[in-house]
Amino acid sequence: MSIKLEHINYIYSPGTAYEKQALKDISLEIKQGEFVGIIGHTGSGKSTLIQHFNGLMKATSGALYYDGKNIYETGYNMKELRSQVGLVFQYPEHQLFEVDVISDVCFGPKNQGLSQEECEKRAKEALELVGFPEKYYKQSPFELSGGQKRRAAIAGVLAMRPKVLVLDEPTAGLDPRGRDEILDQIEYLHKNTNMTVILVSHSMEDIARYVDRIIVMNHGEKMFDDVPKAVFAHYRELEKVGLAAPQVTYIMHALKAHGMDVHTDATTVEEAAEEIMRSFHD
Amino acid sequence: MIRDITIGQYYPAKSVIHRLDPRVKIVCTLLFLISLFLQNSILGYVIATLFLGAVICASRVPLKFIVKGLKPVIMLLMITVLFNLFLTREGSELIHIWIFRITDKGLRIAVYMAIRLTYLIMGSSIMTFTTTPNSLTDGIEKLLHPLNKIKVPVHEVAMMMSIALRFIPILLEETDKIMKAQIARGADLESGNIIQKAKAMIPILVPLFVSAFRRANDLAMAMEARCYRGGDGRTKMKPLVYHGRDRAAYVVTVAYMVLIFCVGRYVPFHIWIF
Repeated sequence: MSIKLEHINYIYSPGTAYEKQALKDISLEIKQGEFVGIIGHTGSGKSTLIQHFNGLMKATSGALYYDGKNIYETGYNMKELRSQVGLVFQYPEHQLFEVDVISDVCFGPKNQGLSQEECEKRAKEALELVGFPEKYYKQSPFELSGGQKRRAAIAGVLAMRPKVLVLDEPTAGLDPRGRDEILDQIEYLHKNTNMTVILVSHSMEDIARYVDRIIVMNHGEKMFDDVPKAVFAHYRELEKVGLAAPQVTYIMHALKAHGMDVHTDATTVEEAAEEIMRSFHD
Repeated sequence: MIRDITIGQYYPAKSVIHRLDPRVKIVCTLLFLISLFLQNSILGYVIATLFLGAVICASRVPLKFIVKGLKPVIMLLMITVLFNLFLTREGSELIHIWIFRITDKGLRIAVYMAIRLTYLIMGSSIMTFTTTPNSLTDGIEKLLHPLNKIKVPVHEVAMMMSIALRFIPILLEETDKIMKAQIARGADLESGNIIQKAKAMIPILVPLFVSAFRRANDLAMAMEARCYRGGDGRTKMKPLVYHGRDRAAYVVTVAYMVLIFCVGRYVPFHIWIF
């Protein structure tokens, strides 16, 4: 169930004054079970890129293969693709519309043509997965707190049982606790169901903590595509395009500059602590 | 998807027309629209065409864009033309097939109506293409300012207009986003009969209304936080001032009006092509 992009180009409003090339010759492959992070400054083409994964946007040129099949071929079942590649937009709570939480989460499965019982079963399962308290199942989604709304909306996508989950800044506007809880639950999902997770984020700390691979976007082009350590080693270049490395990377570089014998490739606080301890013991 | 609507859109470019005072553009557009209905001769339409063509050239908006703005009204245009063509009973008969009769007068009225409506839309879209919604409402506010004397809340109305205009692109974007989010959840917006289609709109309309109210609430709060209290005693950061080019534009338009009026009144011969 891999997603493979070949020379994808996307141009907004071609032939008008607002013409803009949002994606330039993107080629990449995401394999089943990967946890991929996508970073890039505002307007770098991240959101445009992820909307190609489930066929919401059609590339101006290039090909996209899901599970080996070209999705731009005529007669390709887009609806099926969209239930396999679940896309959680930024501020997904803005899409809630039903009278109670459980019916809203049922919307996706219902569109897949499942029976009412099966829908509710899946909805409950999804709500449990995101840690949504059962006592609010019958409450109006508009009366929930921000964090709970976000969970309900993510559950709305999970209820379709996608094989790939794409999240566009799932933690924007949440407090640190809500952020950690949601990301931990996503990681749990990834580990236990072998679901592919693609996470778009502005937080280098979050990215460094959870993902196995980072894709860096810059002005519609793929700038880096590697494991976090390798990507954050280019922290000077990242700064030039308005990004940064996790704070601990800077601390490690500073320690090294002050004569401490440490490796500078730590990207999480735990790794850094271990590395500093090691240098003391040596 | 819904972003292809060009009518009422602003087209950024650097041109004399773009730089004109919005008041000039509003008044001159109105005068131009009136001029279309003041005369009834081929010569008059030739002058109107030349005037409109010159303005379009000066505005540097591609003709393609202006023509695109005609699309939404093409049905209205067709209906008007057909009704005038077939339902005018006066004049001498040209063609008579079954119950359809076309008279020379009917044909003339139909053609003139088509030209008038087309120019009407092109003329007004030139104004919206070259003026940002904000300066347009600024212009309207200033033009209607005298109405304040008879207790018309001009400033408030203008503020409401500019907020409404400002929110059109935001709500369009929002609709686009919500549509995509629901399509990603498997919503089917295209197939089915009219009732199913209407039902399929609920998952889009509910979040859209919620977001419109949320945004309205936020905006009201932000305005109050900056001590907004309506138009009384309010001054402008960039007050509208007439420049030389604005006066020149008035002169040109008035000259055009006089010319059209004279042609309609005093040129005795009507040159018909048919």
